Amino acid sequence: MQVDDVDRRILRHLQDDGGLTMAELAARAGLSNGACWRRVEKLEAGGVIEGRELVLDYRAMGYAVEVFLRITLDKTVGNAFDAFIAAARDIPEVGGIQTLLGRVDIRMDVRARDLAHYQEIYKERILALPHISDVEALMLISEVKNTGALPI
Amino acid sequence: MMALDEKDRAILQALRGDGGMNAAAVGKLVGLTQPAAWRRIRRLEEGGVILGRRVRLNKMALGFDVVVYLGVKLAAKGRVSLEDFERAVCAIPEVQLVQHVLGVYDYRLKVVARDLSDFERILRRRIMTLPGVGEVESNVMLSEVG
Repeated sequence: MQVDDVDRRILRHLQDDGGLTMAELAARAGLSNGACWRRVEKLEAGGVIEGRELVLDYRAMGYAVEVFLRITLDKTVGNAFDAFIAAARDIPEVGGIQTLLGRVDIRMDVRARDLAHYQEIYKERILALPHISDVEALMLISEVKNTGALPI
Repeated sequence: MMALDEKDRAILQALRGDGGMNAAAVGKLVGLTQPAAWRRIRRLEEGGVILGRRVRLNKMALGFDVVVYLGVKLAAKGRVSLEDFERAVCAIPEVQLVQHVLGVYDYRLKVVARDLSDFERILRRRIMTLPGVGEVESNVMLSEVG
């Protein structure tokens, strides 16, 4: 669908504050409530606005440790990607699995309650995953910026 | 830290699927009345587990076809250069995520770009010119699978 400047203005305000009511959004975008509502409806129907998502603090839930794993697979095995991904999805502490084009093949996040818990997941579950040829770990110290906002 | 029970986890799971659901819809999914679900969601917000809600836009529909994860090493370490680097990198609008990490890199960045030549422009003009920046590794995201 075509997105014009007015649509982009609405999207910018929505990105800034996901909790705005339609009236607040309309006022900020300089539109009438009706006009704003119609445009938001159209952006939702056209799949530009996919929905709302929660911003969660995993540390507040008791997950103090977050590690990003960067994995290189043994590509001499035909179905290495599919077999690896299927097995990794079964580990509840693993999220955000992505395939990459670059020096590493897969990246994924592991959340654990503490370092002992992480070590247990790593030894028992991660290293047991099929077709790994190398694993690199980055441990999160602090999140300096986290926004889903696009430069529109 | 906040103690969560099974119902709280079910609520978070439901809201992770669709963050726009109201308390009545969440309650229906997890087997709670609307007021009970509302009180629990409120408690999760006040306890700092739910920090907020944000709109999820379709990157492709808005012309952002490329997502790249960067590993960045700083060339010159020290408190001052960390702060300068962080301030400068956070100001780049195409950088969505900046994480200070421990490991082979010092920072992990997520960058959105319109296409690969747009990414090259961001990399050369914005990232490689950051204060204190050293080695940079780029991995282009192909797919999100889980």
